[in-house]
Amino acid sequence: MRLSGRRAVWVAVVAVLVVGVAAWLVWPSDPPVRGQEQTIAVVDGPADDQRVTLDATFFPPAGGGKAPAVLLAHGFGGSKQSVRDSAVRLAQEGYAVLTWSARGFGRSSGQIALNSPDYEVKDVRQLVDWLARRPEVRLDASGDPRVGIAGGSYGGAIALMTAAYDDRIDAIAPQITWYDLADVLFPNATGQGPESGVFKRMWAGLFFSRGGPQAAGGLAALTGQGGIGGQDGQAGQDGGDPQAVPGGQDGRSPGTVRPPTVEEVRCGRFLPEICDMYQQVAETGRATAAAVETLRRSSPVSVQGKIRIPTLLLQGQRDSLFPLGHADANARAVAATGAPVRVAWFDGGHDGGNGEVDWLHEQTLSWFDHYLKKAPVGDTTGNAPPVVAGAPQPASGSPAEGPEGVSVFTVTRDGGRDPGTRRPVQLHAVTGVYPGLSGSRQVSVPLSGPEQPVANPPGGSPASISAIPGFGGLSTGSANLSLSVDMAGQSASFESAPLSAPLQITGSSTVKVRVRVASTGTGAGAGEEKAGGEAGETAGGPQDVTLFAKLYDAAGGTQAPVLPEGLVAPVRITVPEGGAGEATVTLPAVDHRFEVGHRLRVAFTTTDLGYDTPASPAVYQVSLASPALAAPTVTSLTAPSTGPAWWTWALPLASVLVATVLVLAGRRKLRDDHTPGLDAVPLRIEGLTKAYRNGELAVDDLSFTVEPGQVLGLLGPNGAGKTTTMRMMLGLIHPDRGEIRIFGHRVVPGAPVLSRLGSFVEGAGFLPHLSGRANLELYWKATGRPAGDAHLDEALEIAGLGAALERAVRTYSQGMRQRLAIAQAMLGLPDLLVLDEPTNGLDPPQIREMREVLIRYAARGRTVIVSSHLLAEVEQTCSHVVVMHRGRLVTAGPVGELLRSRTTGNGMSTRLEDVFLDLIGEKA
Amino acid sequence: MNDANGAAAGPDASGTGGGTALAARDREHGAARGYSPRHTLPLSVEIVRQFRRRRTMVMFGLLLALPWVLVIAFKVGGGWGRPGGNSLRISDLAADGGLNFAAFALSVSASFLLVVAVALFCGDTVASEADWSSLRYLLAAPIPRDRLLRQKLVVALGYSAAAVICLPLMALLAGTLAFGWNDVRVPGTGEVIPALDVLPRFGVVIGYALVSQLVVAATAFLLSVSTDSPLGAVGGAVGLVIVSTILQAVEALGSLREFLPTFWNTAWLDALAPQPDFSGMIKGVAVAVAYAAILFAFAFRRFRTKDVVS
Repeated sequence: MRLSGRRAVWVAVVAVLVVGVAAWLVWPSDPPVRGQEQTIAVVDGPADDQRVTLDATFFPPAGGGKAPAVLLAHGFGGSKQSVRDSAVRLAQEGYAVLTWSARGFGRSSGQIALNSPDYEVKDVRQLVDWLARRPEVRLDASGDPRVGIAGGSYGGAIALMTAAYDDRIDAIAPQITWYDLADVLFPNATGQGPESGVFKRMWAGLFFSRGGPQAAGGLAALTGQGGIGGQDGQAGQDGGDPQAVPGGQDGRSPGTVRPPTVEEVRCGRFLPEICDMYQQVAETGRATAAAVETLRRSSPVSVQGKIRIPTLLLQGQRDSLFPLGHADANARAVAATGAPVRVAWFDGGHDGGNGEVDWLHEQTLSWFDHYLKKAPVGDTTGNAPPVVAGAPQPASGSPAEGPEGVSVFTVTRDGGRDPGTRRPVQLHAVTGVYPGLSGSRQVSVPLSGPEQPVANPPGGSPASISAIPGFGGLSTGSANLSLSVDMAGQSASFESAPLSAPLQITGSSTVKVRVRVASTGTGAGAGEEKAGGEAGETAGGPQDVTLFAKLYDAAGGTQAPVLPEGLVAPVRITVPEGGAGEATVTLPAVDHRFEVGHRLRVAFTTTDLGYDTPASPAVYQVSLASPALAAPTVTSLTAPSTGPAWWTWALPLASVLVATVLVLAGRRKLRDDHTPGLDAVPLRIEGLTKAYRNGELAVDDLSFTVEPGQVLGLLGPNGAGKTTTMRMMLGLIHPDRGEIRIFGHRVVPGAPVLSRLGSFVEGAGFLPHLSGRANLELYWKATGRPAGDAHLDEALEIAGLGAALERAVRTYSQGMRQRLAIAQAMLGLPDLLVLDEPTNGLDPPQIREMREVLIRYAARGRTVIVSSHLLAEVEQTCSHVVVMHRGRLVTAGPVGELLRSRTTGNGMSTRLEDVFLDLIGEKA
Repeated sequence: MNDANGAAAGPDASGTGGGTALAARDREHGAARGYSPRHTLPLSVEIVRQFRRRRTMVMFGLLLALPWVLVIAFKVGGGWGRPGGNSLRISDLAADGGLNFAAFALSVSASFLLVVAVALFCGDTVASEADWSSLRYLLAAPIPRDRLLRQKLVVALGYSAAAVICLPLMALLAGTLAFGWNDVRVPGTGEVIPALDVLPRFGVVIGYALVSQLVVAATAFLLSVSTDSPLGAVGGAVGLVIVSTILQAVEALGSLREFLPTFWNTAWLDALAPQPDFSGMIKGVAVAVAYAAILFAFAFRRFRTKDVVS
């Protein structure tokens, strides 16, 4: 039984493994998605006369049939390969996905026009035409596919621009993209527009170099989040991409590398007009009206009111290139048309951060599922309520219920650490109203600080550092890593008192600053000044002062102040001659929690690594025009309590259920199997069989009966099965066959009739740390029987341990333990006493005494069973004997009869020993 | 016979009891007078049996002494090496007050010392009886197997709970005497929470520490009924914790790791955050209860049919 049980367990384990592996192998995996390489010819240009071939990949929907389409655009410097992973993912979700390399990128021909309506937008419109002809794509009307556009950065902007120019687009989900490219390159936090903005030199340079002659690898940051989910695979793919060789059009075979032409080196794949524009503004550091005009033509700012479809704006919080303000402006522009808008500030952007690839994918998917998949045919989604262009709408977007899981406004916050992994987790705080950058409520935080002089170093070096454009990846690992360094003497700072309550700022704080010019230039001329630059104005009259405003979180103590997300707000303030310039500075939009005891610190520095600053030295006096910071808060932003995962309830419930079944299923009701006729028979064994684990029989079909008053000797050599039989008598081991009855009651584990049986089997069993007396007392208490029934004194008398009784049992000799164990067996004067080798380890006087005790014990009508191989002992003690050998009964009967039967044969007096040897010899 | 002349009867009173040997027949299921399965192995008896063991004493001595050792360590090394890093670790704040100190003491002991303590009390309980051979006499008494196991489990869990509770309580006492009764400073941000607000949360922490040790207890107990070697049972349970901790470090397992028995062991730290977050603890309780229920059920099932051969 044991063996088969074990085997059954193994069989079960193997079966479970086999089933598991099989299930794993045949488990339906995501349907495979195979991209079809396409070359799509388009015609664009202002006069619609330029032929361009776009390198595209079409991913049919995994489920087959007609499905909504998604155009997936890549980031600047990327190609269709950058968004391949996202495309496959979307296709698996049942979308027809078209990715393409924009003109001027990858293997597509043409030149980069920066998402110009004349070029890239026309290209994408023709891609929509192409989609409308595909049999896999669901149509709203002839030539009008059900289609959405998603993409990040450059790809996000094309989504917005195309949505404005093509009303066949049904929904868009642009990420980390711009509203006004002029404002991106020439930001001015005083709100005076890009013409007076500070040139974002380093980002601009990186941006334009990515469109230029391309080096393999390099800075992938610009396209860092080029598409939904395309982030990680991209840098590598780009690097190894054969098309990423100079002059990509003809770079198809890497073997035919030729030196780039002068024009290629100068402008890369940019359209010459764009290239010239950039070279001009980069040289002067000032935006010309023409440049602003060009840049704005490529920006959603030029198409206000034209985007009237559901728009999901996913903007990164760590983005010094396209800060949150751009998503805000886009949101307001789209919301003004009445189309549904959702805004999310996630942990990512061009400066790194987590990226939240999966979350962005889920959001985009929910968005498209709602507006592309579920919207009824013919209803081109967002336009559902006829919209009067420019009709005032709350900035909160459409109040109509949107897609599940996409909130009107979501902000990714630090969710502390995962309770299990102890790694940072993102928490998504949501609210039903989009508050904009000024928050739903303004908190005024008093700031203090005297007027402070700050120096503009000659040549703008060394520069303070806020973020390092293009190296966002460096700080990806730890979100709190702050690279910011303010150079000594270049910074004026104003601090609040330590906060008495935490302050969560969500949006752009504002502060009013006053600037005076203390000294200028090294000499009146500042000879090497740049044409038209601010240095030209130093000679007299109003002067432009460039400052960089930062909002620090100063914890105090030894901790360095933290510049949230590494963002700065560049300002250019015009200071009249001899007077003071004032400006309201809009600080960078952040979502940041200032803890209790921390201070808010507003700092103004004269330099920043990422920006163009005046070269001529100067000293300004900076003070606050009003000693307070207006901090926006959005108190309704809360992370929904997701509630515990379903398994939190299901798992323990299921497990308790299984446990209950496990416990109850095998339970045998303690049913007393009682034969009344045998009430007077202390022991009857019938057909008892027990096999060892190896199958050999320890006890083989053993049957005998013991009558009251007998002292029965169980005789047999070692291995005869005596002890095994005794164990079965006690219910310690389960017989394979047969049964044991004690006073008519069948023995099962824990059978109550065992309380009438005292036992000593195979050695003593005591708690070594307790005294002999405590052992016996506790044993009796453990039986739960009345203390008066124990007859402890009589038992102790038999043990005869004297003073040793109070010592710990571990100090006892073997004989002492033996006697104590026999005393324990006699506690309560049981009707049946079972002793296994009781005289082992006793000295001759003790053996004699034990013999008398046993005979006396049986004389009172009780029954004693003694196993022994000391035959002389048995002969003197026992009235009856059972002889066993190799598990089988050899003979049974009164000792005298056994002796007699043997003596009659040869006439000699025979000792039991001889009989025994004779018997087992015969059987052997 | 033992009913009639029980107290007087003895081995010497031969002859008188011969006819009364059968007197027990009318008792329930043939049991001896006064025997009832429901009264076998009372909890008090088992508590006494276990309490006077040296390992029980040593373990409690260790748990009660550890806070004082830590106090001395902080006093001796006081003031040195508080790093100026961005976040305060729980050890940086240990000397801030009694509650901080107790949290620190719990955090350093929960991952191993308390595991060993719980594994000892639950793993040793049946296996040591088997080791001493006293198990068979208890079973032959007879104490029904389910009842024996239940009583032993209750006592073992009681000792485990006492061990888990006494350490933070002693740490609270020692910390309060040594560092004063101060408000709690939270690791990480250094925010201060009033001491009285934290006390109930501290109760939650101790309760969670108890529940999260259930898996160790159940594993040790199952091993205890499966083996005759107390060390094997204790070591096996500790080994399981070690293996689970190692697996926990395998990121590739992803969210499967949430179902490792040790995964949520540190979730109680969230209860001491400025905004207590109980989600991790709820998951931890779910996992712990799920494992423990199954393992305990297996223990009972196994012991019920086991051949006691020791």
